[in-house]
Amino acid sequence: MIAPTLNAYLAISVLLFAIGLIGVLVRRNVLVIFMCLELMLVASTVALVAFSRFNGTMDGNVFVFFILTVAAAEVAVGLAIIVALFRKRQTTAVNELNTLKN
Amino acid sequence: MADVLFNVFALLTVIAAAGVVLNRNAVNASMCLLLSLVGVAGLFVALDAYLLAFLLLLVYAGAIVALFLFIVMLLDAKGDVPAPIHKIPLLARIMAFALVTVGLISFFTRGRIVSPDLATTPALGSSLKLYAYQLFTIYLLPVQILGFLLLIAMLGVIVLSKKFEGMDDIK
Repeated sequence: MIAPTLNAYLAISVLLFAIGLIGVLVRRNVLVIFMCLELMLVASTVALVAFSRFNGTMDGNVFVFFILTVAAAEVAVGLAIIVALFRKRQTTAVNELNTLKN
Repeated sequence: MADVLFNVFALLTVIAAAGVVLNRNAVNASMCLLLSLVGVAGLFVALDAYLLAFLLLLVYAGAIVALFLFIVMLLDAKGDVPAPIHKIPLLARIMAFALVTVGLISFFTRGRIVSPDLATTPALGSSLKLYAYQLFTIYLLPVQILGFLLLIAMLGVIVLSKKFEGMDDIK
């Protein structure tokens, strides 16, 4: 049983971020990579809320509020780009989307 | 009781996050993402940020994951195979191993932040009034910019996904 200290919350945040980063590096599907990006974003919000609660300030919470809004806009635009890409190339695998390479 | 809830939600969050990475099927991965977000919302409740937990469930779990599922179904995305380990360059392998080792050592030997006492620290995140006050006084300009950002994002998505007549020569 782990006590809910600031260290514990930060450890969870770091773990989530690391898992998301591994997913971005390892997976080949654009959609799954995008999901892992979202995971990293959420990991940062956990750290912000934890710091805000343990320091008795409000700024971290408000910042998370902004992050949520920006994430919603980002996902909408990102998925639209992925759909446009799929229409042109008929694939979501990143190792086939290499037109900009070389 | 709070300790037990914290542990349950922390475990749920991390295991479900691992499920996002490990699942071959994109639909299962997005379902794991949903579960992980529920865990994070539980952690927010443990941190007395009720509004943020509610918003996380509403915006992320309700809208974003639903959008992901919709696109996964629309594109009929196949599962993928992760890169085999012998294809990763030796230098990258050594550097990753060194980074993990240094990170673990520094995590266990130093970097302990003295945790302030929660009973004496005011839980400002639980007060709805404070959010409103902050958003409409100190953070008024960011809120307005955010409104413009959402408008621009909406226009961008429309331009990206609409097929325009007679513009084939430009594309």
